Amino acid sequence: MKQMNVQQLNQLIPGTILLEGHASTLYTKAFASDLMSDVLRFQMEQTVLVTGLCTIQVLRTAEMSNITCIIFARGKRVSPDMLALAEEHHITLIESALTLFEISGRLYQGGLEPVYR
Amino acid sequence: MKFCYEITGGDFSAGGSASSQVKKTLKQFNIAPQVLRRIAVALYEAEMNVVAHAWRGSMCVNINVDHLSVVVEDEGPGIEDIERAMEEGFSTATEEVRQMGFGAGMGLPNIRKNSDEMELTSTPGIGTRLTLTIRF
Repeated sequence: MKQMNVQQLNQLIPGTILLEGHASTLYTKAFASDLMSDVLRFQMEQTVLVTGLCTIQVLRTAEMSNITCIIFARGKRVSPDMLALAEEHHITLIESALTLFEISGRLYQGGLEPVYR
Repeated sequence: MKFCYEITGGDFSAGGSASSQVKKTLKQFNIAPQVLRRIAVALYEAEMNVVAHAWRGSMCVNINVDHLSVVVEDEGPGIEDIERAMEEGFSTATEEVRQMGFGAGMGLPNIRKNSDEMELTSTPGIGTRLTLTIRF
């Protein structure tokens, strides 16, 4: 199973790393969704969340699901209160202008796996 | 050890802060990360239900030796048909709730999945009471 750190996975996109949480975390999976209810349904350890939803509840969802890296697609801009919550919980935030589809494609091609098959 | 938190209906920016406090507290105990995630997800779903549907509510958690017991109570419109509310995909959420990434009708089924015991009672026009047990 391929593992990569934040720098390595960001090279695949590449986007802007706004905040880096735990630099040592290695990721093996990615999950792309704008629906937080679905994010909450699966095991999310070592998983990168890719989303076009940009609200404080994305951060809360990540916190509850043990997600430590979020990529915001389609040029969504993270607000200061989101940034503050991410800092508190050591969650890495990446912004990208690319679509959810393209980011997912690049991560998949780079070796990340889905949360289930 | 018992803790209670207030939940304000309609306050989406504060939604999740009660669950966050509980998770923070439980992190001090020797609880398996997977169990902690189940607890956090169940509590967060329950808290967001109050934020999304009710006027006000509270979340009380009781930390016991081998399990966590939770009571989430609210004053609100209540649930007309609990059996239907428990079905995956059934939702009465507003457009605002859906824009926040919720309201897909997955909340209650997901709470059931993440808890060991769940009891939901409601009086339409008065409010709803949810009790959960999650074993460590």
